[in-house]
Amino acid sequence: MTDGLDERLRRIRGDSPEKRHNARTISALTSNPGCNRRAIMDAAGIDKPTLAQHIGFPLPFGQSQFAIVRGNIFEAQVKADGCAELITLLREHLKLSLPEVSYEDLNEVGGNDDNRLRHRDTRTRLCRQEEPGTLFDHPMLTLTVAGRDVFLEPDLICFQIKGKYHIVEIKSFAVIDGQADGSKVAAAAIQSAVYVIALRNLLASRSIPADAVSDDVILVTPKDFSNRPVATFVDVRKQLTVLRRQLSRLTSIDALLSLVPERLSLDVARPAAAVVEDLRSIEARYMPECLNTCELARFCRHECRGTTRAMGRDVAEELGSVETVDTALQLARGTLPPAPEQVEATRMLRLAWSMRQESLGSAA
Amino acid sequence: MSALTAVAKVRAYELGRAVPLATRRHVHVSDRPLVFVPLSMAGEANAPLGCLIGTDEAQPRVLVVQDPRNRTQRFAFAAQLAEIVLAYVDGCTVSMVEERGKSVFADAPQLVVANPGGVEFTRLLGRSTRFRRTEGEWPVAPTVPVLGRWLTWFAESTEKPGASTVLALTTVLCRHWATGQSALEDANLAALMGWIAPWDGLTGPCAAEQAEDPAIWPPAGPATDPDFDNGVLAKLIAAYDRALDDTAKSTAMLRMLAVLREQMQPTWHLMWKAIALLRAIPPASTVEKRWLRDRQDFTAIVEYWRDNPIPQARVDNAVRAAQRLDRLERALDEVTVDAAMDDELAMAEFRLSGEAFQGSVVACDPVRTDGTGTRRKLRPHIVVATADPLRLEEGATVRSSARPAQEATVVGVERSADLTWPARVTLELRNGMGRRLIPEPGTVPELGERLCYAALETKFAINATFPKREETPWTHGGPPPPYEPEQQSTMDIATEDWS
Repeated sequence: MTDGLDERLRRIRGDSPEKRHNARTISALTSNPGCNRRAIMDAAGIDKPTLAQHIGFPLPFGQSQFAIVRGNIFEAQVKADGCAELITLLREHLKLSLPEVSYEDLNEVGGNDDNRLRHRDTRTRLCRQEEPGTLFDHPMLTLTVAGRDVFLEPDLICFQIKGKYHIVEIKSFAVIDGQADGSKVAAAAIQSAVYVIALRNLLASRSIPADAVSDDVILVTPKDFSNRPVATFVDVRKQLTVLRRQLSRLTSIDALLSLVPERLSLDVARPAAAVVEDLRSIEARYMPECLNTCELARFCRHECRGTTRAMGRDVAEELGSVETVDTALQLARGTLPPAPEQVEATRMLRLAWSMRQESLGSAA
Repeated sequence: MSALTAVAKVRAYELGRAVPLATRRHVHVSDRPLVFVPLSMAGEANAPLGCLIGTDEAQPRVLVVQDPRNRTQRFAFAAQLAEIVLAYVDGCTVSMVEERGKSVFADAPQLVVANPGGVEFTRLLGRSTRFRRTEGEWPVAPTVPVLGRWLTWFAESTEKPGASTVLALTTVLCRHWATGQSALEDANLAALMGWIAPWDGLTGPCAAEQAEDPAIWPPAGPATDPDFDNGVLAKLIAAYDRALDDTAKSTAMLRMLAVLREQMQPTWHLMWKAIALLRAIPPASTVEKRWLRDRQDFTAIVEYWRDNPIPQARVDNAVRAAQRLDRLERALDEVTVDAAMDDELAMAEFRLSGEAFQGSVVACDPVRTDGTGTRRKLRPHIVVATADPLRLEEGATVRSSARPAQEATVVGVERSADLTWPARVTLELRNGMGRRLIPEPGTVPELGERLCYAALETKFAINATFPKREETPWTHGGPPPPYEPEQQSTMDIATEDWS
């Protein structure tokens, strides 16, 4: 069964290399759990920027090299000399006496970077009872997404003290006078929450209870305008609840694939028109927010032209959740009788329409 | 989001251009605004790359930082910017006028940025410069901390509803026009302007789509286009760093200046176009009053800093925070009511939510009196028939912008049995009718008159009392330590890295 599934996903992807899930893709996926198109593309490990480019709807999601360099420098600085700066921070902020600190990089196992091997290695090292470790860099975790186990591109440090595990996230956005950009903190929190869930799953396989992993993740960021790191606890309980609910709402990938043609392929080696036709056979759920989180969003937006949803969920709701702009206009003008569930919304629309006419005349 | 805005958006989509959301302009537009297009380097907390700034569309000043990661160059940028901003602010202090018995400056500064990101840039640049020391280790030009105070003042003023000392254009434009795209897409100034004033004979959606291509319309900042960073800027910065002699350095510098100017210029012109569009809308009657308050605030801070040239605290103390919150709440309240009274479309929002109603007078008893008290009082009744979805109960107090001094109490609401509109609302009037038992002519609405009544009232502005800062109660952390420039923490700030 699984082999058949893997084979089918491989066919959808074509010959391009598989893109692995990471905390960012999972948080994006769960921000729009009803989108089958994204779910299938992510499950198949499709390179979405290349696909979008291929079908003529590129969405520049490029990252500035300045930001990348700055991020790398900061991370390297915090991790330098066996995480010396990080250990100082943890001592200060957790008020821990850490007499002996070990640092283990789990990036590869004896020169081998095979996912399964690394995952087994991570589990053995994190769960060992004798001489337990303190800092684990790049642990390989897995998560069940849409009924399928996926490996997470590890971009975290796991910190263990007295049997309690913490996720440590290093981010290079500044915290100025104790305040940071809200959207960046929110993104970091949801990504950390993905790791908390994955780490709990890993420990659960060795019967270690979930509360061994703290709800408070440690966010390490530069302080004010300097390069000095500062550690902050971020409580991610809310994000955990949201993620768990959204993950449970994701339809299993088997069920999703049963809705699309057997020969479906989004292989970029195929002509663009053929790929577009196959893409259209997968149901999408476009929202304007997708423009911030999904590389295919411009294609979906184009497909959604003339729908009320394309103007935002709040606009669609005000318009009585009618599908198209055209219907909304007819209801507002009174040229279309409302369906029973639209009566209340239509009354408001007509009133709003007439008030605009009254105040603006021809300019309305 | 309201039904009114949603309807405007579908209409804009149908027409392929933006439609008005207001019949009046609700902000002040200065005759001489200071337009500011800052760019910052990606990944850094607040590393200016450069800016276009000025009060004349034809003559923008261009400032550029050759290597934004170089601390000396950043402060040189801050000093150059200070020269321009401080001269502009000073220009607003040349004459004073008497207003309500007090002297205020005849003008106040107005900083115009493209979007909320521009305000945030201003706030951060203010934060990173206002604590700088002008002597000792790492000294900066004396004007730099003064610039920091002003930028902080500008940024803080954006929190106050109704203030016009800073205009973030995308926000202001979205208050006055609805487009056929989402709010998220409206955050792009060029796309928004594409809907409001499309260029080259394009339709709104076509112009907006073009505006999303950073190669044609560079972002309005402060963030730059990542492809520009990687493909162009990185090479220019590297060329500058590699340059061995002064000639090579100045060649590299001139190239960078030209390239960055090219990135900012389209936004610069778009901003002036937006300002002209806003200026063309007739102002709401209360704009003048709010601008006076901006001028009073400006006068107060100039006078305060004359005697106490100290920077704003990094974080407000408890008393100041409470005072500020109180002021902001009042301002919000007032600006909401004023907008509704000034602008039919703003009022329409309240009519839709049932807090206001419009209709015709269908019955009128202008000489009705009330004899229940010790003295007989004039209390006319009128009945207004309205088709609005009224939600007011008996006893509610309403006012009409036609007779703002007159108070009306809802004494009866009659609706048809099946609860469909229209309703007949009986109102009892008081005040604004003269002193006699017969109303002065025209003071009581007549049969057939169309009126709009709203249950919106500015809460009477008694200033709430707050303790002095040295009497801050223990529940709020007790009195804060006094400001001492020599304090260790301030030293820390003065020397903190800016990289």
